[in-house]
Amino acid sequence: MDLRSRGLFGILLMTLALSAASPASWAQKFITVASTTSTEQSGLFKHILPIFQKKTGIEVRVVALGTGQSLDMGKRGDADVVFVHARSLEDKFIAEGYGVKRFPVVYNDFVLIGPKPDPAKIAGSKDILEALRKVKAAGAPFVSRGDKSGTHTAEIALWKQAGVNIASEKGPWYRDTGQGMGPALNTASSMNGYILADRGTWISFKNRGDLAILVEGDKRLFNQYGVILVNPEKHRHVKKELGQAFIDWVVSPEGQKAIADYKIGGEQLFFPNASDKGA
Amino acid sequence: MLPLVLDQVTFAVNGKTIIDRVSIEIGAGPRTIILGSNGAGKSVLMRLCHGLLEPTSGSIVWRGAGNGRQRQAMVFQRPVMLRRSALANVVYGLRLAGISPRERELRAGDVLEAVGLASVAGRPARTLSGGEQQKLAMARAWARGPEVLFLDEPTANLDPGATREVETIIGQIRASGTKIVMTTHNLGQAKRLGDEILFLSGGRLVERTPVDQFFTKPASAEADAFIRGELLWT
Amino acid sequence: MREITQALGAAGTMIFSFDPKLSEIVLLSLRVSLTAVAIASIIGLPLGAAIAVNRFMGRRALIVVLNALMGLPPVVVGLVVYLLLSRAGPLGDLGILFTPAAMVVAQTILILPIVAALSRQVIEDAWQEYREQLRSLGAGPLTSAITLLWDTRFPLVTIVLAGFGRAAAEVGAVIIVGGNIDGVTRVMTTAIALETSKGDLPLALGLGVILLSLVLALNAAAYWVKEAAQRRYG
Repeated sequence: MDLRSRGLFGILLMTLALSAASPASWAQKFITVASTTSTEQSGLFKHILPIFQKKTGIEVRVVALGTGQSLDMGKRGDADVVFVHARSLEDKFIAEGYGVKRFPVVYNDFVLIGPKPDPAKIAGSKDILEALRKVKAAGAPFVSRGDKSGTHTAEIALWKQAGVNIASEKGPWYRDTGQGMGPALNTASSMNGYILADRGTWISFKNRGDLAILVEGDKRLFNQYGVILVNPEKHRHVKKELGQAFIDWVVSPEGQKAIADYKIGGEQLFFPNASDKGA
Repeated sequence: MLPLVLDQVTFAVNGKTIIDRVSIEIGAGPRTIILGSNGAGKSVLMRLCHGLLEPTSGSIVWRGAGNGRQRQAMVFQRPVMLRRSALANVVYGLRLAGISPRERELRAGDVLEAVGLASVAGRPARTLSGGEQQKLAMARAWARGPEVLFLDEPTANLDPGATREVETIIGQIRASGTKIVMTTHNLGQAKRLGDEILFLSGGRLVERTPVDQFFTKPASAEADAFIRGELLWT
Repeated sequence: MREITQALGAAGTMIFSFDPKLSEIVLLSLRVSLTAVAIASIIGLPLGAAIAVNRFMGRRALIVVLNALMGLPPVVVGLVVYLLLSRAGPLGDLGILFTPAAMVVAQTILILPIVAALSRQVIEDAWQEYREQLRSLGAGPLTSAITLLWDTRFPLVTIVLAGFGRAAAEVGAVIIVGGNIDGVTRVMTTAIALETSKGDLPLALGLGVILLSLVLALNAAAYWVKEAAQRRYG
């Protein structure tokens, strides 16, 4: 081989060696937490996890998917802990033996976002069910996440409470996008539609266009999060001590304070309520 | 290795017979030229002898002592050079012939010197002119010390100057003891370089005659027509 | 339009301040895709050469399948690898899901057909040209394959660059098997997806500019390699 070819070959080998070298984090202790897009995208985890890591040395790797997929990850054993917000699904998860015990952690609330011109005339209402009925009556565009997430599950439940069988009564005004919170908000923004969103994602959402919060504060809009350790009896490799350490911390006074301290633009997004055993 | 004996060799493709029951014994000594018009089967016959093609029926046997496959070489109408230097191309051929690394470099240098390519030994072979590449091909073949050298229309694509140089090299190779078997459509070249003529027509070996006699008094009607320039295709 | 200018401004600031988060993401992207293309090449190039120079039953079907696999949708590869590497799946005990290793696996599967199919084509074309000469020199299938791999090294480098480009630009496979975990499996493409979904478009566009620059640089390199080769080696 001539000199130039040898040089090229050498560079190639070096690149290979560098690229194969694994990052230091492979050796660290870490847990995998399956959570929802709302907790990650609102920035909550970015705020509290470094505090936890500093205290315990445990790295928390968050895979942020929808509630449905997070629980599925728990069932498959691909996560050590699940942190989601869909009570009925969580109870089912534990009943089926995939989780050990559910601890309430924090709640945030949903808000009904809509275009400032407000064709359905619901701005300022304190009754979410009435507001939804009005949106349907006006035939105004409504964006649904349609992805079996906690938010989606809550949305469907609210329609039901409002007396609307959305599955059979939806029309072209109802846009079922099958997306996470962020992309769905993008869609709503671009079509000036109504959408149910969690406050956290909304506050950190930057592409608002002509949208604003139109309905909030109705108790029915409160959104409870629970944290569950994946059952080590179903999956032997689950890091139960480390996972339990995370759960213990997040419901402890220190963890709860870290959550309460998280603010965007001076506003608190998540309200810790681990002490409320009925939540 | 020699003599090479063909017995009722036939080569057919898709029902078309290209070589038709050729029987011949090619021995050491005379420079053998295969003549014939386009489509007579010269190139195919050469490839059958060299072993690049398998006969459809009949047999091709190297009756002499030694390993038949190894000690023969072929030069094609278009030289095929690897993307490396001229010297490296010759060395490559020697490596495949099982020559030791040290010996390879020496022999390659010597043979390039002999054919007049020593000055371009380090140049990428593919950047050489057509004539130089063909001379290089001959050097590569010669370096292996073959007992038989097959040449398939080696100067068909070359200008007269390069043709002359190649013919000189053929003479050198012959002088070093190698049997020459060549095809050409250039009658003048056949007269210059050949000792005996194998004349093919329509895939059959029509006659085998010493060169002088072939051109003055051919034995067959087809050869006669060919020499007079009337037999262009068979 | 203002959004785009804003984004370019944000990108410039990030890039020239060597923002650590950004560097981490870019370096991880390079590591994952380089490793994947290296493995895919080590397997794919010899595979392409082997198919090019050998004749065996089912060869044509294999070539068709290989060519078709070039169009594997990344998300499908991601899904399949996810199911394989999940704890509930057959290779779960490896425990590499949601790590860079899983991303390398997925991207290797994605690029392997590209490298193999394209190299097969390039080498087979060269084989047509070289076959008789190589056989005449005594090269068997293995030697021929190796010789051809080296002789077509410049087109092959272009193919490898193309494979790397495809890997670096895809998001469907790595987002599923990697989980887009901050600081662990977040690469340029998945970061762009995330920032876009968060509505943080300037940041997303900034990353996009970097990714585009990488793709452009790759293509320029490929072009330069071809040019240099043509000039030097002919």
